[in-house]
Amino acid sequence: MNTYWRTFKVAAWLGWEMDSNWTEPWLFMVYSIVKPVAGAFILVLMYTVFAFIGNRPDLAAFSYMYVGNSFFIFVASVLFGTFAVIQSDREWYQTIRYVYISPISYYVYILGRAVSKIAVAAFAVAITLVFGVLFLNVQMHLSLESVPIFLASTVLGLGVLLAIGICLGGISFLTAKHTHGLAEGIPGIFYVFCGVLFPLSVLPDWGRAIGQAIPLTYWFDITRRMLSPTLGVDTTLVGYNDLTILLLLFVSSIVFFLLSIGIFKVGEYYARKAGKIDMTTSY
Amino acid sequence: MSAATARRTDLRYRIGLNLRAVVGRSYPRIIGANREPSWIFFEALLPLLGIAAYVFIYQSFGMRALESTTDPVAQAAIRANTNALVASVVLGGTMVAFWLNVLWSMASQLYWEKEIGNLQLYMMAPMNRMALLGGMAVGGMVMTSMRAVSTLVAGIVVFGVVFQVASPLLLLAVFFSALVALYGLGMMFASLYLLWGREAWNLSALMEEPIFFSSGFYFPLGGLFKIPGWGPIVAIAGSFIPASIGLDALRQLTLGSTAFGGTLWIFDVTTELEILVVMAVVFLILARYCLAYLEKLAKREGKLTSRHQ
Repeated sequence: MNTYWRTFKVAAWLGWEMDSNWTEPWLFMVYSIVKPVAGAFILVLMYTVFAFIGNRPDLAAFSYMYVGNSFFIFVASVLFGTFAVIQSDREWYQTIRYVYISPISYYVYILGRAVSKIAVAAFAVAITLVFGVLFLNVQMHLSLESVPIFLASTVLGLGVLLAIGICLGGISFLTAKHTHGLAEGIPGIFYVFCGVLFPLSVLPDWGRAIGQAIPLTYWFDITRRMLSPTLGVDTTLVGYNDLTILLLLFVSSIVFFLLSIGIFKVGEYYARKAGKIDMTTSY
Repeated sequence: MSAATARRTDLRYRIGLNLRAVVGRSYPRIIGANREPSWIFFEALLPLLGIAAYVFIYQSFGMRALESTTDPVAQAAIRANTNALVASVVLGGTMVAFWLNVLWSMASQLYWEKEIGNLQLYMMAPMNRMALLGGMAVGGMVMTSMRAVSTLVAGIVVFGVVFQVASPLLLLAVFFSALVALYGLGMMFASLYLLWGREAWNLSALMEEPIFFSSGFYFPLGGLFKIPGWGPIVAIAGSFIPASIGLDALRQLTLGSTAFGGTLWIFDVTTELEILVVMAVVFLILARYCLAYLEKLAKREGKLTSRHQ
């Protein structure tokens, strides 16, 4: 247990240094803010253009989209922060062989590396939400009694995300340098099917079914329920109460954790068998 | 002058050498990449989902707007506007593919080569560095076309987008001018990466969402000009990326200049084509000079082969 904790701590420190020590702290802070805020502004402009060409402004739909997009920052960062570890260590720094043969758990090492991404993402989410409330009239009010459920759901949601990231990491043991395709594509699945930017009712029946099978859909829904309870947008999940969703997230996080161990081990086994642990695929 | 020196200064020989370098550097991207077919799924098909999300946003807005009106004329207008916006996203999605390729496989490629130790080999080879970058650009364009075409096909087949191309030749001229200007810009950026380390990598990451926003990849750029105060400033800054002007022209050519009531276009298509041609020439010339200057600077500061900084 002690070794796991030490690995986790050192990997978290390493991840933080790798993310941030390329520049001055203030510049890193600006960098961490500009990207997500610009991402939110794309949506602001999409909404503005739609309203400008003669359509009725719809603040509820905008707030729905804005809050969902803010929390999606976690998805992109945490997923990238986990599965990209293998590819960056293997292809870029070419240090995977040294880390891999050291007497630590590579699984725990990846979790530790992801922690700095979570910290930076949490900061970006907070900034984006505050900006939306102060300057864009986003409808948001978190009541005191909602705070425990909000915190619990955030922790469980992040747990599911980490587990999904490790699953992808296990797969990326065997793939070529697809970091950017994965970074764009996998979050894209959640972007489309989890009701992040638009309610599931927009999707065709099969798409809605996929969305309802992904735990992150429930995470986004409960987060919105806690932060913006008065939006009145049909999410198709009204049949689930808050505690049911929490329970669902709890079970999902355990299932995905077990799944992540399985996929990681299988990916690792086949990568070793095929001699792919430290391959480089540059083109 | 020895026979070998005379041969090296012979124009025909130099052109042949540089053309071979172009072919040689584009080869791994066009042929080599296809030896790893999984990239088609990861790099071309998966990213379509991100584009689909933006399409669904407009469709969701459209559905809610339709629910709130019973007037058939207003409903028809909402449907037409929604189709035009969805088409804008699809066109933006094709350009996103090229922009990301410029950032990650063009601009930051020399940094990547430095990291994996190839850069010193390139520097020792006798061809012109521009030929090397040209090869990367040609290979990148061909490789990225797969994703761009997938996006277009998905837009038409899955989302039922209707394009009305009145002038195919002009469309091709705009598209290829935009591509040349875009890759010219990428070549220029590539030279910066000779000098910088991870700052440059992070700069590429920083040029994703902010550029998607300021260059109007997912909405007509004219929308930014309608926002009083900061809107036009951001839009003008974003217009220095050739994709923004290129997209505006492509949208006019495929949706008709009367789409969105004709209020969201920046210039007419001919003017935008002229701007793109100027940009293409300027960026290519600048790339040539930046590359030569920064190579010298990188050598002087000892950063040409320093890795992991």
